[in-house]
Amino acid sequence: MASIRTQFEIPGKMKTWSLGLIGVGLVALIFGLVTKGFSSDEHEQVHFWGTLMYNTIFWTLVCNASMFFICVTTLAMGGWQQSFRRIPEAISTLVPIFGSITFAVLLYVVLSDKHHIYHWLDTEAVAKDPILTGKSGFLNAKFFIFWTTLTIAFWSFLGWRMRQLSNEADQAPMDAETGAKFIFRNTVRAALFTVWFALTVGSTIPWLWMMSIDAHWYSTMYSWYTFASSFVSGMSLIALWLIYMKNKGYMELTNQEHLHDVGKFMFAFSIFWTYLWFSQYMLIWYANIPEETVYFKHRVQGPYKGIFFLNLIINFLCPLLILMKRAAKRNYTLVTFMAVLIIFGHWIDFYQMVMGSLSKEHVTLGWLDFGILAFFVGMMIFFVGRALASKPLIPKYHPFLKESVIHQV
Amino acid sequence: MAKKKFVVGCFDDEAVLFPAVKKVRTAGYKIHDVYTPFAVHGLDHAMGLRETSLHTAGFIYGITGTTTALSCISWIFTKDWPLNIGGKPHFALPAWIPITFELTVLFAAVGMVLTFCYLCQLAPFVKKHHFHARATDDLFVMVIECTDKTNAEDLKGFLASNGAVETDIQVAEEGWWLGHYDKDEMRFEAKQTVAA
Repeated sequence: MASIRTQFEIPGKMKTWSLGLIGVGLVALIFGLVTKGFSSDEHEQVHFWGTLMYNTIFWTLVCNASMFFICVTTLAMGGWQQSFRRIPEAISTLVPIFGSITFAVLLYVVLSDKHHIYHWLDTEAVAKDPILTGKSGFLNAKFFIFWTTLTIAFWSFLGWRMRQLSNEADQAPMDAETGAKFIFRNTVRAALFTVWFALTVGSTIPWLWMMSIDAHWYSTMYSWYTFASSFVSGMSLIALWLIYMKNKGYMELTNQEHLHDVGKFMFAFSIFWTYLWFSQYMLIWYANIPEETVYFKHRVQGPYKGIFFLNLIINFLCPLLILMKRAAKRNYTLVTFMAVLIIFGHWIDFYQMVMGSLSKEHVTLGWLDFGILAFFVGMMIFFVGRALASKPLIPKYHPFLKESVIHQV
Repeated sequence: MAKKKFVVGCFDDEAVLFPAVKKVRTAGYKIHDVYTPFAVHGLDHAMGLRETSLHTAGFIYGITGTTTALSCISWIFTKDWPLNIGGKPHFALPAWIPITFELTVLFAAVGMVLTFCYLCQLAPFVKKHHFHARATDDLFVMVIECTDKTNAEDLKGFLASNGAVETDIQVAEEGWWLGHYDKDEMRFEAKQTVAA
């Protein structure tokens, strides 16, 4: 494999762009913190911390989806992803970084007793409220902090263990026995991560972090809905990095066949997201019980109407109609366009999930949202680039690598 | 029932089959089909088959299903027999989506199965010539159609020199037909031996 470039060198342009975006983001962040975050006005405070919350949660979950992708493909004995698995691995190195930021933001919100964001923090109101009293075993500050710490720590730790194991595929050729053992150890670590992922992203974490903003309301679809959002954006992010690396002349072993399969994930999970969106919406619409419809009332009929339906068009109609054709999933330009659109669409989805409950009267989308988005995009580019440069791009002694090289859809 | 003349070459290894398919194509022979015991990746490319249009058909069936469901339900609930269900509007789109989805899937699935059977010429009671019974077991059977210019004996030699373990010439019906097999076409009953 002498002719294959396995060492990524960070281009100067990428560094400039990522640092520039981080700079723009920091300016927005500091300006927001001064004018809103520490302002005496409750609305401004809620606006600032809510914006920070949905951005940090969104980006942490999206980056974590990369590790989930590696783990489930490992458990399914997948071979096709080996030629580009260093990309999702690099993206997943962001989980500890973004996780810490999320943790800091949530910790601040809970410890500074922001009951305009989390209504259940107000102990007096909870005591008078039979519904919230019933939920107080789960929705209380101590459990929130405990579970959030545990969750982010284990995402980071189990993901790190998975990446450590992947390094062994760079060191020396494996004979059949070593290879089999290596694969078995991979499946064990992947299984541990997947189980933890199911207990957190698949159920408790979206309830705790986001659904509890509407403390009275609940939906059993909510966690899966959040998972689908983050996973489809995660696949889009992998596709973007894949195409970027191809454009820079790396990833010679990855081609249209692999892109086709990544595109299939983007297509399929867009449909899956819609399925959950609709299942959540239709049951509540049909039953028409006030305590349930309260969530959709101001989203469908209030100021969020536009964003709510735009969300459905971007995240369902566009992927359905554009990504359906085989030729579209094999077209680099079209997949790039769709990946950007899908990530933006789900970012907007997270926006309306959080801000739609915090700021019911006004749509607050503005400079702060895009500034903080720029901060996270910049961070993402910067750290993923660094992680990619720190390792060979191809796990050349991985037992399944050949399967990936000859992969054909 | 138009009968045609075919030269049949049997291979016992796909690694031998692939170069043979390429050589037969470059030599200019017309491959009728290659029968394999299992799906062989890349064989369609090697044979130069065009992309299937089954999915386009599937899309059209799906759209037909969507249209059928939506037009049918909306006509019934708004024009033909409006009912007040839980105070919902007569045009209650969300409530119809599950049925619309089901009909889309049903039309697409059934339509594609039937189209697939038609394209592969498979149906109950319909017969098709078997070039070699062991194509369903462990042999890769390449069938080449003879034109006026084809020298069948030369072609047999050519196949054998490219690794075919068994070759023969058959005059057979090309497509499917309704009815029964002729006595002399019951090839799966005949004893077939292959030189190891």
